[in-house]
Amino acid sequence: MIATLKFTALLLAVVVCRATQDYGYKDVEEPTLGDSQYGSLWPLPQKVQMSTVAFKLSGVSFQIVDAKESSSGASCSLLQNAYRRYDEYIFPISRMQGQNKKKAFASVSELQVWITSADSECDNYPSVTSDESYKLSVDSPVAVLKAPKVWGALRGLETFSQLVYEDEYGAKSINRTEIQDFPRFTHRGLLLDSSRHFLPIKVILANLEAMAWNKFNVFHWHIVDDPSFPYMSRTFPQLSQQGAYHPYTHVYTPSDVKMIIEFARLRGIRVVSEFDTPGHTQSWGKGQKDLLTPCYSGASPSGSFGPVNPILNTTYDFMAMFFKEVSTVFPDAYIHLGGDEVDFSCWKSNPDIQKFMAQQGFGTDYSKLESFYIQRLLDIVTTTNKGYMIWQEVIDNGVKLKSNTVVHVWMGNKFEEELQKVTEAGFTTILSAPWYLDYISYGQDWQKYYKVEPLSFNGTDAQKKLVVGGEACLWGEYVDATNLTPRLWPRASAVGERLWSDKDVKDTNDAYSRLIQHRCRMVQRGIPAEPLFTGYCAHEYKGV
Amino acid sequence: LARRCYKQWLWFMVLFMSFSVIYVDAVWPMPQMISSSMARYTLNPREFIFQYSSGSSAQPGCSLLDSAFERYFPLIFTDYRHDEWFRFPFTVVVHVERAECEGYPDADSSESYKLSVCSGQAALRAETVWGALRGLESFSQLVYQDDFGEYFVNETKIEDFPRFQFRGILLDTSRHYLPLHAILKTLDAMSYNKFNVFHWHIVDDPSFPYQSSTFPDLSSKGAFHPSTHVYTQIDVKRVIAHARLRGIRVLAEFDSPGHTQSWGKGQPGLLTPCYKGTVPSGTFGPVNPANSSSYQFMTRLFKEVTSVFPDSYVHLGGDEVDFTCWKSNPDVRGFMLKMGFGTDYTKLESYYMENMVNITKGLNKTAIVWQDVFDYHEKIPVDTVLHIWKGSPGQIQQELSSITLAGYRVILAAPWYINHIDYGQDWEKYYTIQPLNFTGTEQQKKLVIGGEVCMWGEYVDATNLSPRLWPRASAAGERLWSDERMTSSVIDAFPRLVDFRCRLLRRGIQAEPLFVGHCRHEYQGI
Repeated sequence: MIATLKFTALLLAVVVCRATQDYGYKDVEEPTLGDSQYGSLWPLPQKVQMSTVAFKLSGVSFQIVDAKESSSGASCSLLQNAYRRYDEYIFPISRMQGQNKKKAFASVSELQVWITSADSECDNYPSVTSDESYKLSVDSPVAVLKAPKVWGALRGLETFSQLVYEDEYGAKSINRTEIQDFPRFTHRGLLLDSSRHFLPIKVILANLEAMAWNKFNVFHWHIVDDPSFPYMSRTFPQLSQQGAYHPYTHVYTPSDVKMIIEFARLRGIRVVSEFDTPGHTQSWGKGQKDLLTPCYSGASPSGSFGPVNPILNTTYDFMAMFFKEVSTVFPDAYIHLGGDEVDFSCWKSNPDIQKFMAQQGFGTDYSKLESFYIQRLLDIVTTTNKGYMIWQEVIDNGVKLKSNTVVHVWMGNKFEEELQKVTEAGFTTILSAPWYLDYISYGQDWQKYYKVEPLSFNGTDAQKKLVVGGEACLWGEYVDATNLTPRLWPRASAVGERLWSDKDVKDTNDAYSRLIQHRCRMVQRGIPAEPLFTGYCAHEYKGV
Repeated sequence: LARRCYKQWLWFMVLFMSFSVIYVDAVWPMPQMISSSMARYTLNPREFIFQYSSGSSAQPGCSLLDSAFERYFPLIFTDYRHDEWFRFPFTVVVHVERAECEGYPDADSSESYKLSVCSGQAALRAETVWGALRGLESFSQLVYQDDFGEYFVNETKIEDFPRFQFRGILLDTSRHYLPLHAILKTLDAMSYNKFNVFHWHIVDDPSFPYQSSTFPDLSSKGAFHPSTHVYTQIDVKRVIAHARLRGIRVLAEFDSPGHTQSWGKGQPGLLTPCYKGTVPSGTFGPVNPANSSSYQFMTRLFKEVTSVFPDSYVHLGGDEVDFTCWKSNPDVRGFMLKMGFGTDYTKLESYYMENMVNITKGLNKTAIVWQDVFDYHEKIPVDTVLHIWKGSPGQIQQELSSITLAGYRVILAAPWYINHIDYGQDWEKYYTIQPLNFTGTEQQKKLVIGGEVCMWGEYVDATNLSPRLWPRASAAGERLWSDERMTSSVIDAFPRLVDFRCRLLRRGIQAEPLFVGHCRHEYQGI
């Protein structure tokens, strides 16, 4: 990373004052605030060269256009929509009308976007192998953004918009800058839980928007779980009819899902759906008779139900049909199959299951039964040509997995050991354990998330390459539309930089300065991102 | 009609004995006495009216109640459609003994009311308009909708009054500026929870957003931004008026001599210059108590403040004064010598606070100060109110004992520092506080006039204020209004609070969930 010259002008005027007393909570560590030489860039690009030479952006004439040489053109609506979006971010108040006056100063009149490879992938869905790299060169009169694919162009547009700031007269300015950028990790995800609380579409869309500003590229949609089943299935409509909090107001219809997937695609974000089984399925049971295991109290059924019943053929027939639908609804190459926290007590209580265990020679090792279920489920999903992700217990319990399985590490203690173990076994893995953002505490906990180093475990280079990324998880026990967005941002931004930027980007003071401005930018763009500490944004949140 | 209603009532009283009644749970905070029956009456928005009783001293034209009627109609009929048909006319008849329609609520305003709901009519009787407001709130919470959207209210009888006179919420507009709409929205939610004091911690070290007409430089130099991050006189008036209409007092705090860094920017000479050895270091400490000009300034500022804020109380702060800067300053040391304070800087602080309390007295206002002022054994008038904000549970009990033993009135805030967040259902912690659980006589306990929920602003601004405040503050709201024995169970409170938070959502208050679950109408913002 090279920063030759000091960058002082800021996009948003931000001042942080220290409260000398914070009412008994003295253990809060406050980073010192200075101006970062990188202005308000977040996450920090891999290579930045910024000069103090500043150019103006004319509110009348500045435009984002396709470069002549670009393989993408007017027909690529993904980029055309992005141009419009970023134009509005850069000029939030309606653009000035009128004649373009003769310029008395150096200015940037155009950002040319140049897709360099023959296939821009404009109409594709982003995938785990999508190229998100880009090069950005800001000069007068033309700035050029070069990217092999549209995905890199999207990331570069975001970076360009973050370089623009207002000078003291309110004129939009940008410094001469050279940037070369690419992500450190390919999987940079965010998990939202729409089962414990239903999240209206609007909330999901707003957070996809904020994800793009933080260069996240995977929306892990934990769509169903014990409390409710809001996914409206075409094949099994009774699942949401019976299992959602409300059959009409608290469901995601096929067109809702389609809209979310397309909205995410336009921002270079994959939608990985999770249909967690065999545990976490109480809500499935309401609309699908005999799917769950009846629990027994002594010799008679207790009336309550446990995990999916793994001994019935009907279970697998159902799963085959259900996942066939899911695999067509969600275009991503991966499905998350869950597999976490299976409680064996209900299985143990059920005489039919006991019999089956004996038949199969499983003895009393119920993890073998779990393994049996998962194995069959994986076979089913394999026939849909999808890859799959699973939570770490599946491997911890010794289930035999196909080598292309992605293992999701979530358990809080000793995640380094788990990563070591999983990668030693040759599995690709993603890390969530240190990033459970639903756990809140008083003070600046973003620093805790920021300081995590995902590759700190003992292992060979080959092992480390198997860590393809991480995910911030916002589980829904205490979160719904009322508090999701401020709880998530800017805390998730800390994870965003950790997953995108170089591993040597770890100066919390520099991060603090940039993050304060980045949060004010999110607020100005309409996202209620909460404050890091005492201070203000030039444009405060206008919502309620 | 009223008499017939009463007879029916007796009949239903018998009915309660045999039925467990679910709608008793509807009102938050729990009224002192409530009973209701399974008999329910339909309410139709087309045939629903509020009416002043003929004997009421408040009559049409009472702006306070007229506007309350206007407000409560849509709160009761949350999705009013213009139905053409009607069946059941319903009238809420309001009777007020003493109409102070144009007045401000104050420390001794009565908030008690009686509400009786029967077929076709509800009778709401209150001594004052403030009690009528509390009764309207309760009535609105009794109304519910069935699955077909029809509105109902059950036969109900309520006699209600607050356990504590002072039920406050503190917002801090200095550490982060809170736009006016965020304050007004909080006032709305406060009235739904029967809070009656908005403690406006308006200025502090980080910024001075109050735009003073006497000293305009205070905000033009001390606010985060001189025009976008200030409260103009019109803004302040609007807050006070909005609060008044909801029976809420606005208690302004201008904290000194500490917590005043932002004051210094617009008022040179006010703060103590700190010294490094024999030269000024360029930094400043608390207000300079050795200069008579400090007191002249304060007199003029508080003269303005006390005329802008109509409440008969003003909060003078007085907490967390750091003595190191005073100690470093040779002029302050000289003053200490002259006054015979030796090296006891608490005496200097006492001296300052005494002066401040006297200034307040001269302006016919009563002072509220943070507990520090008592802890330093300052000679302050016995009508001063002490505000407890710190300590372990044991220390808090001790502080309550000693302050009330000395004969001072006290407000308890320490257990309700709601800006401190934690994973999980921390509302239970706020709910189970027992404010009068300390050693003292009956007389001493009467001196505990109430409590306050504090939302300090280090980590809070308009982006997260509402969901962080509600429904967690509601737990304290019930503790301060309701009878403690009737509301001692967290398990009983949980389902009521779950319903109440959905009601808050329905009214547009961004109240966060208590746990897994859903509301019929989810929050529609982001």
